[in-house]
Amino acid sequence: MAVTSEASLRYSTHPLDKYLRADRLPHIWCSGCGIGVALGSILRAIDRRVREGSLDPSKVVFVTGIGCSARASFYVGFDSAHTIHGRAIAFASGAKLANPELQVMVVGGDGDIAGIGGNHLIHAARRNLDIIVFMITNFVYAMTGGQLAPTTPQGLYTTTTPHGNPERPLNVIKLVSALMPNYVARASITHPPLIEQYTYKALGMEGFRFIEIMSTCPEVFGRHAGYRDPVTLYNVLRSKVRVKQNPHVDESELSWESGIVLGEYLIRNEPGYVRKLKEVVR
Amino acid sequence: MKLEFMSGNMAIAEGAITAGMRFFAGYPITPASDIMEYLAEVLPEKGGLVVQYEDEIASINAALGASWAGVKSMTATSGPGFSLMVEALSLAAITETPVVVADIMRAGPSTGVPTKTSQSDVFQVRYAPHGEHLIPALAPWSVQEAYDLTIKAFNISELVRTPVILLSDAVVAHMWESAIIKDVNEVEIVNRKKPSTPPNEYMPYKPDEDLIPPMANFGEGYKVLVESLAHDERGYYRQSNDVYRKLIWRLINKVKRHIDKIYDYETYYLNNETEYLIISYGSTARSALAAVRDLRRKGVKVGMFRPKTLWPTKEEVIKEVTKDVKKVFVVENNTGKMVAEFERYIKKAEVVSIPILSLDIPTPEEILEVVSSWL
Ligand SMILES: Cc1ncc(C[n+]2csc(CCOP(=O)(O)OP(=O)(O)O)c2C)c(N)n1
Ligand code: SF4
Repeated sequence: MAVTSEASLRYSTHPLDKYLRADRLPHIWCSGCGIGVALGSILRAIDRRVREGSLDPSKVVFVTGIGCSARASFYVGFDSAHTIHGRAIAFASGAKLANPELQVMVVGGDGDIAGIGGNHLIHAARRNLDIIVFMITNFVYAMTGGQLAPTTPQGLYTTTTPHGNPERPLNVIKLVSALMPNYVARASITHPPLIEQYTYKALGMEGFRFIEIMSTCPEVFGRHAGYRDPVTLYNVLRSKVRVKQNPHVDESELSWESGIVLGEYLIRNEPGYVRKLKEVVR
Repeated sequence: MKLEFMSGNMAIAEGAITAGMRFFAGYPITPASDIMEYLAEVLPEKGGLVVQYEDEIASINAALGASWAGVKSMTATSGPGFSLMVEALSLAAITETPVVVADIMRAGPSTGVPTKTSQSDVFQVRYAPHGEHLIPALAPWSVQEAYDLTIKAFNISELVRTPVILLSDAVVAHMWESAIIKDVNEVEIVNRKKPSTPPNEYMPYKPDEDLIPPMANFGEGYKVLVESLAHDERGYYRQSNDVYRKLIWRLINKVKRHIDKIYDYETYYLNNETEYLIISYGSTARSALAAVRDLRRKGVKVGMFRPKTLWPTKEEVIKEVTKDVKKVFVVENNTGKMVAEFERYIKKAEVVSIPILSLDIPTPEEILEVVSSWL
């Protein structure tokens, strides 16, 4: 085996740098945070599409609200908008409808997308609006320091449920699936190729495409759940998720106790909202 | 150019079309819904789109997204809906997004008297959005002016890269008058300034001499960054006093710098003999002018000042029109609001607030009665 010299290990560019505002690095995400893994996988899928000529990077728009996950928009080297908490889908819908040539992608935390932004999520899915939404589920409100999220496991300590969370977590996969958009899938940062594969596929589709990405927040969730060490938390999440071919939506329960099923829950090929609009108004 | 008989709300819709608005996002609310209904009928013919969203929050945010995609956009609502939009208006201010929001005032607070008029949102439009900003607001008093000021609102928003509020009310909204509707080439239409720098040198918040940054749209290859955090010229978040001060003062000063393009008003019977001045705006000014005419027939040396632009105030104009008068009466359909703004600039004359709450509009008789008691 050849000995790699130290110099050759140093690099000044990364293959994905062309899709980043590299002058803003290092990013603010904590070491061991899952968001970077999620974003890296999304960018690799974009790169594949760009390289095969099926995606024009100048038409890609990232729209996010506010939160740790939402910071993704200001690191990516595309047109991007870092807007306000919960409203990314609404903003994105205006951009997409005003210029249907754009490939509009929303990234947000579960609070951003399904808590404060839940109403927009529901209606965008119902309309089969032609955008891709990535919801990064880290079970907690991370950016604001560890409060209850709609996905927090029951019984867990958070800073706003110091006696334990009395609420049942929201199964967003089931909620969105009920609205019959074109694509619903769940991936995990413990399985980056899955994120990449689903994103690649979604990029080739029309209509509303929703990808939940299970993620790790060692800094806040890890602390609450007793897994402060990033590797430990990663391994715990890995032990809880299970990949399944075409799982049924009844298997989508978000259960920290009995496990979380990854996979593609819904794949349809209905006309997206943009096409529907063209059919009614011409 | 053609003369059309129409309502104030239809005039807003027509004005928006003339100005080039092609994306309307809204949520139904009396007395604004008929703007969306009218546009839903006619905008598609012009290649535009009307979408009824799930709420007012979605509507304004969608309008902002559309604006960044390069399409002039608007939404319309009334007091309760406007309250839901204020967070996004703050976003529009810091991201310098051109957008027009029509607020058709109705009687509040809360659900109040939904079908009836009021002028009680005049402070809401100025002060409800959080943080520092100076969002212009225009108030029409007639159907013709609803048309003209809508075009002006779009022109200001595109010129200054700012949200603009069109502050109408239930009376102007639903009265019918004849109005001259113009062709696009018969009226000045302003479009946002485009960057002249190549994409790799473009900074989305780097202003020109006029304090306004050129605006690249999504999809044009400029890697635009719409940033709600306080940012430097590249759009990068900075937590420094220097960057923050520079940004905020520029946001305020770019509006002030263009005050001559923003500020508009009308004076009536104002000369160096005028002793009394009535200030009134929007639908209430119609009754106020009738009262002024009546008083003049009785020999009272009274004139009137009617701001069409409620925010920001052009201080010099207020000083000028009040410099020779003894008393100023501010007549408005609320508990006395804009009077506080005018009072800031009127140093010599005595200022009397004449708040007349009326679900219709204050009548000339009501105004006459109160004003007469102060003469
Ligand atoms: C209207 C509004 N309310 C509250 C906040 C404060 N806030 C910022 S991020 C956030 C939640 C973050 O959690 P999540 O969306 O799940 O994203 P994460 O940080 O976990 O990635 C909250 C409540 C805000 N910015 N705006
Ligand atoms: S607080 Fe949690 S979610 Fe936020 S960057 Fe740190 S590890 Fe990631």
